[in-house]
Amino acid sequence: MLNINNLHASIDNKEILKGLNLEVKAGEVHAIMGPNGSGKSTLANVLSGRDGYEVTRGEVRYMDKDLLQLAPEERAREGIFLAFQYPVEIPGVNNVYLLKAALNAVRVHRGEPEMDAVDFLKLVRERIKVVNMSEELLNRSVNEGFSGGEKKRNEIFQMTLLEPKLAILDETDSGLDIDALKVVAEGVNRLRDPDRSIIMITHYQRLLDYIKPDHVHVLSRGRIIKSGGPELALELEEKGYDWVNAEADAA
Amino acid sequence: MATENSNIEELVRKEYQHGFVTEIDADTVPPGLNEDVIRLISAKKDEPEWLLEWRLKAYRHWLTMTHPTWAHVQHPPIDYQAISYFSAPKSKKDGPKSLDEVDPKLLETYEKLGIPLHEQKMLAGVAVDAVFDSVSVATTFKEKLAAAGVIFCSFSEAVQNHPELVRQYLGTVVPGADNFFAALNSAVFTDGSFCYIPKNTRCPMELSTYFRINASNTGQFERTLIIADEGSHVSYLEGCTAPQRDENQLHAAVVELVALDNAQIKYSTVQNWYPGDENGVGGIYNFVTKRGDCRGVNSKISWTQVETGSAITWKYPSCLLRGDNSIGEFYSVAVTNGYQQADTGTKMIHLGKNTSSTIISKGISAGHAQNAYRGLVKISRKAENARNYTQCDSLLMGKQCGAHTFPYIESMNPTAQVEHEATTSKIGDDQLFYLRQRGISEEDAVNMIVNGFCKDVFRELPMEFAVEAQKLLGVTLEGAVG
Repeated sequence: MLNINNLHASIDNKEILKGLNLEVKAGEVHAIMGPNGSGKSTLANVLSGRDGYEVTRGEVRYMDKDLLQLAPEERAREGIFLAFQYPVEIPGVNNVYLLKAALNAVRVHRGEPEMDAVDFLKLVRERIKVVNMSEELLNRSVNEGFSGGEKKRNEIFQMTLLEPKLAILDETDSGLDIDALKVVAEGVNRLRDPDRSIIMITHYQRLLDYIKPDHVHVLSRGRIIKSGGPELALELEEKGYDWVNAEADAA
Repeated sequence: MATENSNIEELVRKEYQHGFVTEIDADTVPPGLNEDVIRLISAKKDEPEWLLEWRLKAYRHWLTMTHPTWAHVQHPPIDYQAISYFSAPKSKKDGPKSLDEVDPKLLETYEKLGIPLHEQKMLAGVAVDAVFDSVSVATTFKEKLAAAGVIFCSFSEAVQNHPELVRQYLGTVVPGADNFFAALNSAVFTDGSFCYIPKNTRCPMELSTYFRINASNTGQFERTLIIADEGSHVSYLEGCTAPQRDENQLHAAVVELVALDNAQIKYSTVQNWYPGDENGVGGIYNFVTKRGDCRGVNSKISWTQVETGSAITWKYPSCLLRGDNSIGEFYSVAVTNGYQQADTGTKMIHLGKNTSSTIISKGISAGHAQNAYRGLVKISRKAENARNYTQCDSLLMGKQCGAHTFPYIESMNPTAQVEHEATTSKIGDDQLFYLRQRGISEEDAVNMIVNGFCKDVFRELPMEFAVEAQKLLGVTLEGAVG
């Protein structure tokens, strides 16, 4: 599904990712953990194609394509979905309108007919229940006046509707109370599928209590310095990031 | 981020799509302005003596006036002697009696503009009074309107057929000496639209006029007069485009609206005059005086404008709230791109009791453009319980454009309630990226954001024109992000 090989990326000429390697196979859930400033969000941004990042070395293959050559919207249409850490507000743009445009962009890309309003609304009503989000939010402007929790739910709701192949969750757990966290986790778990991969970027292991990852990686100073199973997250919680840093330095 | 600004700047480029010239023999008066030219215009139009006198009076006053300099726009001085003040397509001498008699080339021009008259005839009730240069060439739906007692015709026809109405109302809202450009217009106006809605009549269809400046080096000075008699309703739309030329052309129009007791006028404009090229060469100087007079009690005048064209726009559709309980509204979207300059806004003059006004202004600047909102809310001494709500929002795209807000409030009555809100925001790369990450192309994303920003105004437009306005915005800003 995704193969990252020796990725170096910088922003404003400051190198953030310094030779990152990662392989994600179809159906796997990977958690990427790391201290602040380790490059977690940079990785999410580079994978989704945000402007301002320069890839200086390395390559990223996604479904046998050179991912870095694709525009952000092409990546999205190819099935990459980024659940934003800070979802932006877009005044005057109706939430449902955006969703319909997004869904149809993907469908047209796949050579499928656009979904009409009736079928679309039916689908929306069905999927919104999954994230326990109020239907009232559908006809509001995108994220405008949403609480922090509502914004994150809206991200997961969009993901549920768009059914990506590769979902990247950038600190989706931050700022969520425990109930919201459970709802979000349930939404993500429902999406687990042998054909779908999920990368969860998180600072805390809390999220991993609800979404069990297949692999856990520690990102520090722009590289993955340790990988393991779910038990690694618990170990990190207990010993802190200094422990892996020290271990990496020793090696 | 390093690359974000250049991306946004590129979004703004798009060629003007209506830049074709129609070759038709025109009956054009040589450039220059003096009393003889005015007499000639008046004679060509077979006008009554009082109207010629009215023109001359305005002209003599104009001679004493100077070009206003207070607007936040810059342009080289205009040589008023280099402009030709009258141009009429030649075959028009006798005037066509139906579309069949109209020069096919002219109709082709309208087709290119996307206003096929034939089609519009069949479409849901839009009557079009098309003004080509200075003479009205085709008026549709006249009969249906006549059955309702509505008079909708070119200004020239109104002068011939309804001189008493013209004489009663002409210049009563925008006097001949009102301002430099209004005085010039009063002296040399050649045509325009006239509309009278009789008492207690709801105009059976949207009225619409498309103006088009075609002949090179001719200023267009049209004059529109709309009178809504007691208890009547009318909705009027004006749309404008002009061909692409290197020299600047002057467009100094005057629009006067009169709403008597319990009458309502809704006036919507979609203005897409040629804005000049990407270096700021050419384009229309759009110096327009628009004013509505809520003369009667409970009357209402609502201006909605979508301004996407012109090199310079200088225009302040205003309301005189004379009648008690009268209502004035101004909804505006002004988009400037390239080297366009816009200084636009409104004046709400509260004179009657319990009058209220609403101003919603959305300015969008891209490229090197300058966009200013200038508004006056004036509450006179006798205007008890007047209310105003003003909201001015500016959206900036890129680094080199500017947005300015000049709100003036003069309140002489302590019972007044005046609210003013203003915001300035930049079209965010975060917003763009968010939408693109959802699979939406960059241009569609920009359109979505901009249309969202303008939503409060677009929903005031008649349905069929809201779609047109959205498209126009898309065209204007296409290529602004690359």
